[in-house]
Amino acid sequence: MHGAPSILPLRLEGLVFAAGGTRLIDGITARLEAGPRTVILGHNGAGKSLLLRLCHGLLTPGEGRVAWSDHGLGPRWVSRRQAMVFQHPVVLRRSARANVTYGLALAGVPWRERRRQAEAALAEVGLADLAKRPARALSGGERQRLALARAWALHPEVLLLDEPTASLDPAATRAVENVIAAFDMAGTKIIMTTHDLGQARRLADEVMFLHKGRLLEHTPARDFFERPSTPEGRAYVAGDLLW
Amino acid sequence: MGDFAEAFRTAGRLILEGDPALVAIVLLSLRVSLTAVALAALLGLPLGALLALARFPGRAGVIVILNACMGFPPVIAGLVLYLLLSRAGPLGSWGLLFTPTAMVIAQCSLVTPIVAAITRQLIEDLWAEHREQLKSLGATRLRAAATLLWDARLSLGTAVLAGFGRASAEVGAIIIVGGNISGVTRTMTTAIALETLKGDLSLALALGLILLALALGVNSAAQIASEALRRRAS
Repeated sequence: MHGAPSILPLRLEGLVFAAGGTRLIDGITARLEAGPRTVILGHNGAGKSLLLRLCHGLLTPGEGRVAWSDHGLGPRWVSRRQAMVFQHPVVLRRSARANVTYGLALAGVPWRERRRQAEAALAEVGLADLAKRPARALSGGERQRLALARAWALHPEVLLLDEPTASLDPAATRAVENVIAAFDMAGTKIIMTTHDLGQARRLADEVMFLHKGRLLEHTPARDFFERPSTPEGRAYVAGDLLW
Repeated sequence: MGDFAEAFRTAGRLILEGDPALVAIVLLSLRVSLTAVALAALLGLPLGALLALARFPGRAGVIVILNACMGFPPVIAGLVLYLLLSRAGPLGSWGLLFTPTAMVIAQCSLVTPIVAAITRQLIEDLWAEHREQLKSLGATRLRAAATLLWDARLSLGTAVLAGFGRASAEVGAIIIVGGNISGVTRTMTTAIALETLKGDLSLALALGLILLALALGVNSAAQIASEALRRRAS
């Protein structure tokens, strides 16, 4: 994970993403540095998930650009250095361990090393005992930890998480947050969306606040929660619904 | 009614005695249909998966044609193949007309669209669910197609079974390219068609009963195998 040149900072330059004539992402410019855990906040439909997908390259912006530092090593290398965890973890119909080794295989890890690395990753997220269990038989929380193990095994420099605990109960949420903290400790840059303000307070070092596709605030978390600088931000922190 | 009762009795006797002609017909039927289905699976599964993930102009048209081919009339498939394989035809020099190989080709061409069309639908639905995750992990479309085929293996068994149903029940194509030659290309369905016309209801009935039993047997075996797989890899 260290030694290779960094893909950070990530520069977003005038990003626009439109669908059906509506600008769902409307001119976002920002710079994300290595280090602080970035939490993207905003109401449903604010564009949080779209922004993550644009960053990860799952969607192509209509205007503007997503600029990772590629050091001339190309887009494929840049995507290898990232991993993404989705709100609804999709697992393959095979064992939990085989789901992790599958990701390792795609990353080009030699066959002999995959099993050991997969078991280490499963142990990291607390799923060592379930390695042989069919992934489809796992609970929602276990599946999300499996998705995190799959990401962990890849040693990404940047981990993108889209509402990773939105459909989980408090215990499973805590387990997921612990794994996210472990990624952070290991030096992985965290970029995540959530609409859970409590979770944002627990995890965020800096906040990007989106409203109707625009980036209204990008500040240290403490500043955002204590003195939001826009009326929309203030209403959001106060828990008002704005439409 | 006496004729029917008599026919049933004779049918039972033929089966219980293991009449050699009957056994030969049953074995040839199985050989032809199972080979055809195996080949159709080898062709249809990857074809369906690639079509599910590929995007190209005219794709919608290809899918409509493929789906329509699921109901392709066997006699027309047989006729076309007959024209190709007959002595004067472009493939006449292969000398395949009226051989089991010609029957395998005929059934394979009927079953491949069924396997491919069902596979295409199944894999396309799975792709919708898995697309972002697989792209995020860096899978190419080709790799994703292979991965999703394996992921859908339980449901795809049904596609192959549907193909086997088609192959084992069809008579129109193999009677044209096989010729229903006794001891060479006579299968259960062609024999039933012939014997019924000749009035030998007992042999037709005996073959009909065996055909039904085989269909039931193959599907039960598949069901048991699928249950075992499901328990192992849910």
